Amino acid sequence: MILFGCSGGEPRVESGNRDGILHFGNGTEPQTLDPHVSTGKPEDYIQQALFEGLVSLNPYTLEVEPEMAERWEVSDDGRTYKFYIRDSAKWSNGDALTAEDFRWSWWRAMQPELANVYVYMLYAVKNAEAYATGQIDDFQQVGVKVLEENILEVTLAEPTPYFLQLLNHHATYPVHRKTLESYGSPTSRFSPWDRPGRMVTNGAFVLDEWILNRRLSVVKSETYWDKGNIELNGIVFYPIENYSTEERMYRSDQLHRIGELPLDKVPSYRDANDPSLQMERYLGSYFYRFNTTKAPFDDPRVRKAMAMTVDRDSLINNLLHGVNEPAYAITPPGTLGYFPPKVFGFDPMKARELLAEAGYPEGEGFPVIELLFNTSESHRKIAVAIQQMWKEHLNIDVSLVNQEWKVYLDTVNEKNYDMARAGWIGDYVDPNTFLDMWVTDGGNNRTGWSNPEYDRIVLRDAPKIFNQEERYRSFYQAETLLMEDMPIIPIYTYYTKRLIKPNVKGMPANILDIYNYKYVSLEK
Amino acid sequence: MLRFIGIRILQAIPVLLAVVTVTFFLIRSAPGGPFDDEKAVIPEVKAALEAQYNLDQPLFQQYLSYMGDLLQGDLGPSFKYPGRTVNELIGAGFPVTAELGLYALLVALVIGVSAGVVASLRPNTPQDYIPMSGAMIGICMPSLLLGPVLVLVFGIWLEWLPVSGWGDGPGDKILPAITLGSTYAAYIARLTRGGMLEVLSQDYIRTARAKGLPERVVVLKHALRGGIIPVVAYLGPAFAGLLSGSFVVETIFQIPGLGRFFVQSAFNRDYTMILGSTCFLAGLIVLFNLLSDVLAAWLNPRLRSELSGS
Repeated sequence: MILFGCSGGEPRVESGNRDGILHFGNGTEPQTLDPHVSTGKPEDYIQQALFEGLVSLNPYTLEVEPEMAERWEVSDDGRTYKFYIRDSAKWSNGDALTAEDFRWSWWRAMQPELANVYVYMLYAVKNAEAYATGQIDDFQQVGVKVLEENILEVTLAEPTPYFLQLLNHHATYPVHRKTLESYGSPTSRFSPWDRPGRMVTNGAFVLDEWILNRRLSVVKSETYWDKGNIELNGIVFYPIENYSTEERMYRSDQLHRIGELPLDKVPSYRDANDPSLQMERYLGSYFYRFNTTKAPFDDPRVRKAMAMTVDRDSLINNLLHGVNEPAYAITPPGTLGYFPPKVFGFDPMKARELLAEAGYPEGEGFPVIELLFNTSESHRKIAVAIQQMWKEHLNIDVSLVNQEWKVYLDTVNEKNYDMARAGWIGDYVDPNTFLDMWVTDGGNNRTGWSNPEYDRIVLRDAPKIFNQEERYRSFYQAETLLMEDMPIIPIYTYYTKRLIKPNVKGMPANILDIYNYKYVSLEK
Repeated sequence: MLRFIGIRILQAIPVLLAVVTVTFFLIRSAPGGPFDDEKAVIPEVKAALEAQYNLDQPLFQQYLSYMGDLLQGDLGPSFKYPGRTVNELIGAGFPVTAELGLYALLVALVIGVSAGVVASLRPNTPQDYIPMSGAMIGICMPSLLLGPVLVLVFGIWLEWLPVSGWGDGPGDKILPAITLGSTYAAYIARLTRGGMLEVLSQDYIRTARAKGLPERVVVLKHALRGGIIPVVAYLGPAFAGLLSGSFVVETIFQIPGLGRFFVQSAFNRDYTMILGSTCFLAGLIVLFNLLSDVLAAWLNPRLRSELSGS
């Protein structure tokens, strides 16, 4: 006992509170810190500390705030933006950060050799798509120009009301040219420039230490323009893949924050009214896809009948411990003021009529169909419950098939399925990120569904509208078409379920799941 | 003896070659690729990605260039961690896994050999049944269960030991070593008991006892040396198993070892990482089998003279 008495030492949370160090449970080991190569959320949480874009977002309201750009002007047609880079903008090595840094960084982000998965975040910029996909070779034609040392002019292809939002995305962050050029080709995705001692960044924090699979720490930057407003002295990110391990570490005061509380632990925290528990609607949807190219799901009546017999309230209350929110459309409600249409509800009577009209009265003659999901206990539980609902209300048999993640992705891509589970997390707060995927032959459609009217609204009409209300009206119209045709069954809107020590201030949950560490402080 | 070792090394070459080749083609035939995800990668970017990793070349061409790099010791860049090479990832993870494996093996040997010896001295009495039932439980108890239980008791209730971590403070290596070692301790206990029972009935033990040697000397000096041979033969495979099977323990205790990369790479279809770690572990297994054969031969006088005679 005496021998081991001190072995735990002072809990990290206590020493962190004293020294201003935030201990952050961060899921997986970051793939890379290169903002033009990385794709995941754990990387994003770290990059939000290391980099700053032209603007940042207020974590409470998600409104755009000046960051590297101290102000900007928008032309009347909404297509041209003039960003004024602040004079005090600096890189962590002391170099001045100028408009040219952004121009060069965006050029780099669009190089085909880099294979930037999120390059489409820049496609709002005029000719960016054509350049990134090799249709034009001249970067001069892309709508990004340096007017003066501190003025960046960006011309858009269409007025894109959410364009400023995108400027907080890591694909639009500036990178330090001289550093990249010192470690091999600046456009190579394999370049090891993102290491402690090498990495030069422009955010409120700089990389201090990175031990694979153990921890990554950042410390307050001495050159950041607004460093007087930064309360934290540093953040340590821990890659912890196992949710139960993460929860144990939280309980023993090793972490200030964990990203994902296992679902079955939610009730005990909620019943105890634990102030640590943070549950908030999230920009993500859980749904089932239909393969609309195959009978019986080529008939919208069958698809609707199945969607109407999923009792979402019962599913959430009985199986998911009341976590998440029933969904009747693909876009989560409250996406920056947008609320999707609700064209159907739980209605077994109507569903049976529709099924009979489609030629399967009381489920007679309905083929046995397969519901595919990627191997996971929680997906199975939900599938079993829904399988029973369909049996009970429609008298149809659905068999459950699970496949390992990559196999499942392949099967869905090749449309070798009848019905398949899916999830979608929005890239930015705008209905477009949920609606443009359903256009004919869209890479993420995978249902075979196609509706020319829908394509016209989403691809041609909506992007041209600058007025937000009008845009939302046309999205509402498109989403109504989508839900009346029902190539997918929306099931629920995701909720984040995480734990955060009550003394951590300024890290509210928000629908986009971003942090702005400038707001964060640790109360003693 | 040298010739014996030489032959074994030569035998290892086709084994390793077969492992690499089979793994290469097997992993490529698995559905789904490294760049498939819930969000489809736009076609131009996917083509660029494939070109970066030579996936646009014919499969056999890829195999040849991989083998060429492998012979130079270059395992290529990781698919999942673009800025890192597979060599770098193995280099970072292996020392940790090896350290953990070594402690686990020590735990396994200390517990296993003592339990086995104790049990073998009074076969079919409670002194035999109790440790052997313990061993049975140890074999059946998965580390997935044992780890969290130990953490709950010693980490959260008693607060004697850290719940996770590696090298962050004293004591954080104790629970992982016990969790990982316990299954092997159980096997070793059974092997020791079997080996000891056989040796204890031999003539030379009777002779030793007849000379009036104290029981302690008979057991520890004369019997154990022969009785432990099955354990020594098992050490090679056991250590290899500890290295490749530490994934669960590494996940539970948040240990930055190789096991996590090894298992995750298969799920990620990180082709170079799967191949690199498989080759590396296959090499280690071959090496440890060789070492334990040499050690067993050295412990067994009959085999020793045969080898040095030839």
